[in-house]
Amino acid sequence: MVMGLMMISLAVLLAGSGLCLLPGGPAGGNTSRTGVITGVAGAVPAIIAALVVLETGTAVSLRLPWPVPFGSFYVAVDPLSAFFILTISLVCALAAVYGTAYLDAYRAGKNLGPAWAFFNLLFASMLLVVISRNGLLFLVAWETMSLSSFFLVMFEHEKQEVRLAGWVYLVAAHAGQACLMFLFVFLGRQSGTLDFDAFTVPPGAAAAGVLFLLAVAGFGAKAGFLPLHVWLPDAHPAAPSHVSAVMSGVMIKTGIYGLVRIISLLGMPAQWWGWTLILVGAVSGVMGVLFALAQHDIKRLLAYHSVENIGIISLGLGLWLLGVSTGHPALAALGLMGGLLHVINHAVFKSLLFFGAGAVAHAAGTRNMDVMGGLAKRMPRTALAFGIGSAAICGLPPFNGFVSEFLIYLAAFGLITGAGVPGGPMAGGLIVLAALGLIGGLAAACFAKVFGIVFLGEPRTPQAAEAHEAPAAMRFSMITLAVLCIALGLAAPLAVRLVLPAAGQLLDSAQVSAVSLMAGGLLWKISWGGFAFIAVSGFLWGLRRRLLTGRVNTTGPTWDCGYAAPDSRMQYTASSFAWPVIDMFKWIIRPKLRVSVGQDFFPRRAGLSSHSSDPFRRNLFDPLFRAVSELARRTHVLQQGRNQLYVLYIAVTVLVLLLVKVK
Amino acid sequence: MTSIINLLLALMLSPLLIGVINRTKAKIAGRRGQPLLQPYHDLVKLMKKGSVYSTTTTRVFRLGPVASLAAVLVAVTMVPSGGMGGVFSFAGDFVFMAYLLGLARFVTVIAALDTGSAFEGMGASREVQFAILAEIVLLLGLAVLAIGTGETSLTGIYGKLWVSAASALGPASLLVAFAFLIILLTENARIPVDDPNTHLELTMIHEVMVLDHGGVDLAFIQYGAALKLWLFAALLTGLAIPFRTGIVSLDMMVNTAGIFAAAILVGFIESGMARLRLLNVPQMLIAALAVTVASLLWILR
Repeated sequence: MVMGLMMISLAVLLAGSGLCLLPGGPAGGNTSRTGVITGVAGAVPAIIAALVVLETGTAVSLRLPWPVPFGSFYVAVDPLSAFFILTISLVCALAAVYGTAYLDAYRAGKNLGPAWAFFNLLFASMLLVVISRNGLLFLVAWETMSLSSFFLVMFEHEKQEVRLAGWVYLVAAHAGQACLMFLFVFLGRQSGTLDFDAFTVPPGAAAAGVLFLLAVAGFGAKAGFLPLHVWLPDAHPAAPSHVSAVMSGVMIKTGIYGLVRIISLLGMPAQWWGWTLILVGAVSGVMGVLFALAQHDIKRLLAYHSVENIGIISLGLGLWLLGVSTGHPALAALGLMGGLLHVINHAVFKSLLFFGAGAVAHAAGTRNMDVMGGLAKRMPRTALAFGIGSAAICGLPPFNGFVSEFLIYLAAFGLITGAGVPGGPMAGGLIVLAALGLIGGLAAACFAKVFGIVFLGEPRTPQAAEAHEAPAAMRFSMITLAVLCIALGLAAPLAVRLVLPAAGQLLDSAQVSAVSLMAGGLLWKISWGGFAFIAVSGFLWGLRRRLLTGRVNTTGPTWDCGYAAPDSRMQYTASSFAWPVIDMFKWIIRPKLRVSVGQDFFPRRAGLSSHSSDPFRRNLFDPLFRAVSELARRTHVLQQGRNQLYVLYIAVTVLVLLLVKVK
Repeated sequence: MTSIINLLLALMLSPLLIGVINRTKAKIAGRRGQPLLQPYHDLVKLMKKGSVYSTTTTRVFRLGPVASLAAVLVAVTMVPSGGMGGVFSFAGDFVFMAYLLGLARFVTVIAALDTGSAFEGMGASREVQFAILAEIVLLLGLAVLAIGTGETSLTGIYGKLWVSAASALGPASLLVAFAFLIILLTENARIPVDDPNTHLELTMIHEVMVLDHGGVDLAFIQYGAALKLWLFAALLTGLAIPFRTGIVSLDMMVNTAGIFAAAILVGFIESGMARLRLLNVPQMLIAALAVTVASLLWILR
C-alpha cells in the first residue's frame, strides 16, 4: 500500500506538471489552480505513506526492470526516507498554496505554466531522490531536481542579477553532481552493481574515507556547507518566494539525506569522519550567521541562515559519527536525533520565514530591510507568524528550534562529562558547545534586527506606510507553519517520535530506544518549562490588564529623550543595529564602508553605506573561475571553426593511438 | 520542599539586593542613602500608576515586559542554592536556563525597537552585541563545572561542588567564579559595563532600552532585573563559598548571606571604578572568556 501511495503521488505530480504546460490549460487558463490542486493532491498520499512507514517501522521496496545499463527502477521507503518524504511533502504542499496567491502579481506579464510545471517536477524529483535505491536512478532524480529548481530560479530571467544567480547555481549544482558521479562509479565498480543494498565497501579504511569525502563534497554542495555555499545567497533571493522556501526549507536537505544514506552504506565510520562534520558544521554555522548579520536584503539574509542551520545539523551528525566511532552509542543517538530533528524544524521555520519575506517584499516593493519599518500595523498576521518563526530560528524556547539544539547540546555535554580522556571526543563536544553558543547569540541578534527593523517602529518610506496584508492563501501557509513551530516545541517528546524510527535504522535500535526513553523524559521537562512560561505570561498579562483598568491610560509620541520632532529616518536601521557586532567580527566579514562627508563648513549631504560581499566568492571562487576561463581562452587557438582542421585533429589522434598500439 | 523555600526567598528578597547595592554605594560615598526597602516602594508605586503608550508601538511593546519577566521567573526555578537543588531540575537544565534568559533579552530588545526611537535602538544594538560574548562565557563556564563534577544539571553540579572543590576543581572553580562575576556585571547592566543610575546618556544600554516603559510595565521590568541579579549572584555564591555544614537551614543562611555579600561586592566595584568606554567592554568580556578557557585548560591538564 505504501508503495502504491508513493506511485500515485509521483504520477499525480508528473501529470500535474504536464497539464500545466498545456497551452491555455484545462482550468480555463488558470494554471495556478491546476498547479496547486495537483501539488496538494500529490502531497497527501506521500504524507500518508510516510506516516504509515514511520508508525510501523517496516521498509517497503519495489523493483522494476529499466532498460538502461546498470540501471534498475529500484525504489524503497524505509523510516529514513519516510522522514524526509514527510518533510518535503509538507513544505511543498504549503508552498503550492502560498504560490497561488504569490504568483498572481505576475499573471499579467508572464505565462505561469512553466513555473508550475517545474514546481511539481521539483517536488516529484525530490521524492524520487529520497526513495531511489539505484545509483543511476538516484543521479537522474538528482539532476532533474537540480534542473527544475534552476528553471524556477530563472523565473524572472529578464533581470540580469537573476540570470547571474541562475548561472552560479547551475555551475555549483553540476560541480556537486560530478563528485556524486565519481562516488557512485567507485561504489559500483567495487560491487558490480549500482543498487544501494548491494554496495560493498572493502574493510580497507582508505577507500571508505575517499568515498566519505566525495559524499561530503557532492552532497555538501547541495546542502550548502561552507565554502560550497556560494550559490545559496544568490539563488534564494532570485527565485520566487514559495520556491525559495522549498529550496531552502527542503531541497538543500536532500544533501543531508544523501550524506546520511551514503554514510550508512560505508560501514563503521572512522573517528576523523566525525571530526570533519563537526568542523564543517562549526565553520558553516558560525560564518553563515555572521554573513547573515551583514546583509540588508531580507531574502539574502535568510539564505545565509540556511548555511548556519545546515551547520547545526552537521554538528549533530558529526557527534553521531564521533559517538559511534569512539564507543558512545547513546550520545551518538542523541546527536543523530538532534540533527535529524533539526532537519524538520528548520524546514518548518525557514519556509515560514521565506513566506513572510515574500509577503513583506511584495507589500513594501523592495527586499531592502533598511527602507521598511512599521509593517506590523499594516500586516499583523504576517508579523505574528514571522515573529514566531524568528524566535524559533534563534532556538528560543518554547519554540521548536530549541528542542533539536537541546538534543545536540545534551550529546555534547554527554561527551564532555562522560568521555573521560581529554583530546578525543571531549574536545569534539567542547567545539560543538562553543559553536552552538556563539551561533545562538548571533542568531538572536540577527533576528532581533530583522523583526525589529522590518515590522516595528515607523515606516521609512511611503510605500512601506501603504503596505497591505498578504492574501488569504499566503496567510494560511504562514499561520499553519507558525502553529507547527509552537506545536513541535511544546510537544517535543512527540516530535522526537518522527525521527526515532530513522535513528533506530541507523544505529543499534535497543540503544536508541533506551536513549529515547531518557530523552523523552527530559523533553517532557522542556515541555513543562514551555507550558510554565506560557502560563506565567498569561497570568502576568491578566494582572497587567487588571491593574490598568480604571486608570488613566493615554497615548502620545515616543518620548525620545524629549526630542520634539522625531522623524522616521532617525530610527536605527538594520545596518546600524548590526554594526557593533559586525565591527567586532570585521576580521572575518571584511565589510566595505563608503563614507561621503561634505568638506565645507555647512555640509549639506553626508552619506554612509556598507556592503559585505562573500569572501569565499571573492577570494576563492572568482579567482578559480577566472583561471579556468583564462585557460579556456588559451586553448582557444586549437578551435578555429574550420572543419578541415578538426578532421586533421581526428586523423592525428587516430595515428598516435595506432602508433601506441603497435609499439 | 526546602528548595521551594529557596525559590520563595528569591522571589521575596531579590529587590532587597538592589537596595543593598544602593546603600553600599551611598555609604562609600559618604551619603546616608535611600532606605534599604526603597526598591519595594518603587515597585508598589509603579504598580499603582496608569499607562502612557507611544502611538508608534504595537502589542510587542506591551508583551515585552510580561514575557521577559515570565522567562526570568521560570529560569529562577532551576537555580540551586545553599546545597539545595532547584525546584525544577533535569540534565541540561542550564542550557534551558541560558536560553530562557536569551528569550527575555530577545523580547526586551524587540520591544525597545518597537518605539522607533534612535536611543532605544542604540541600547538594543549594544545589548545584543554584549550578550553574544556573555552567553558563550556562561556556557563554557558551566561546561568547565560539568567536566569537573561529571554532572549535567545545575543541581547536580552545585551539589557536588563542595565535595570536589578541594581536589580537582579547586583553582578552576575560582577562575570560573571570576568570569561569572564579570558576566553578572554585564548581564545586569552594572558598572563598568553600564550605569544603572543614568538614563539619558547615549552610552547607556539597559536603561535606555526601557525609556518608554512606565507604570506596571516598568515594575515588571525592574522586578525581572532584580530576579536576574539574584540568579547570577546565586550561581556566583555557590562557586565562591563551596562550604557546607550539612545542616540545611544553616547552609541556606550562609548561602543567602553570600548572595547579599555579592551585592555588597557589586556596590564596592561600582564605587571604585568608572564605566568603561563602550569599545572596551567587548575586550573585558573576551578577557572573561580567556579566564574561562584557562580554567578549562586547568581542568583538562
